[in-house]
Amino acid sequence: MIPALAALLVFQLIGEALVRTLSVPVPGPVAGMALLLVALVLRPASLQAIKPTSNTLLQHLSLLFVPAGVGVMLHLERLGDEALAIGVALVVSTLVGLASAALTMAWLMKRGSSGSPPASPLPADEGGP
Amino acid sequence: MTPGLPLAGEAFGGLADVWVYLSASPLLGLSITLLVYHGAFLLYQRSGLHPLANPVALSVITLGVLLWVTNTPYATYFEGAQFVHFLLGPATVALAAPLFEQMARLKRLWLPMLGALVVGTLSATASAIGVAWALGASKETIASLAPKSVTAPVAMGISEQIGGLPTLTAALVVCTGILGAASARYVFDALRITDPSARGFALGTAAHGIGTARAFLVNPESGAFAGLAMGLCALFSAVALPLVAGFLLRWI
Repeated sequence: MIPALAALLVFQLIGEALVRTLSVPVPGPVAGMALLLVALVLRPASLQAIKPTSNTLLQHLSLLFVPAGVGVMLHLERLGDEALAIGVALVVSTLVGLASAALTMAWLMKRGSSGSPPASPLPADEGGP
Repeated sequence: MTPGLPLAGEAFGGLADVWVYLSASPLLGLSITLLVYHGAFLLYQRSGLHPLANPVALSVITLGVLLWVTNTPYATYFEGAQFVHFLLGPATVALAAPLFEQMARLKRLWLPMLGALVVGTLSATASAIGVAWALGASKETIASLAPKSVTAPVAMGISEQIGGLPTLTAALVVCTGILGAASARYVFDALRITDPSARGFALGTAAHGIGTARAFLVNPESGAFAGLAMGLCALFSAVALPLVAGFLLRWI
């Protein structure tokens, strides 16, 4: 568990350093995720070493948002007279985002896989549709 | 270290001392975060993973009320809670593992994912701007709303670029995540979207990390796609949203 945690932190560190050096508008951890993905492609065997730890972290991903979320709730009373507009905009746009993304993806998957079942176990048919 | 608890007589004064000590120590904030979350999670499991019993929402509300009742400043609470908050970074990096396991499907589905990413991100942004504008929100508020489906650090940067308030954006990002995680099942069921990869990817696109967390609790495959969508959405939004939202804001 310790080597795996250390690896995750080191990839985050490299990610943070990289986005700051190149001043890319991406969070360091997201860059770290991309780098770790590349590392796993190059050395698939190391998946077993980090998998238990990353599974544990991801199973409790919800918990990690709680401290930031509490800070947010304390901000909310400052919304004041725009609360209605903000609330409606939040609800509508979240539903629109969910529906449009899911419909687009499902539609393109159906078009792309016309004939072959979507979950065929054959890997490596690169190039998609 | 801890002031001793006198047995009789001035027990009340002793308890007050203990409270003064504990309320200033990071231990309390951390313990209470874990306990409240655990309670919320048990409730969530009891409800059969009911989306409306979202553990993030339940914990945030409970802790918010606790802080408010005990008159504890957020900064004091965060001194303890930051240890949990810190793990968000390595957890984001850890998303690479499930992604790697889905690699074969990712390669095959790159076009559907790209389409869902572009359509989902832009329609969420445009509808947020449109609805807020129609209901008479100020331009600053509209700009703060525009990037709310993107993961918090990126959303705050975009908000600043297009003339919004980054802290307001952070609040709206969390609300969007909770809303998305709570409503996704109903939206997908109503639209008859059954494929776990499409459900996960849409949830990650529209509701970033909190949506991803929900997806992981329901189905690991959905979780992998949600995590990927969150990362891609951050990348795409950082480039496209300042242009698109900036254009819409100038036009209204």
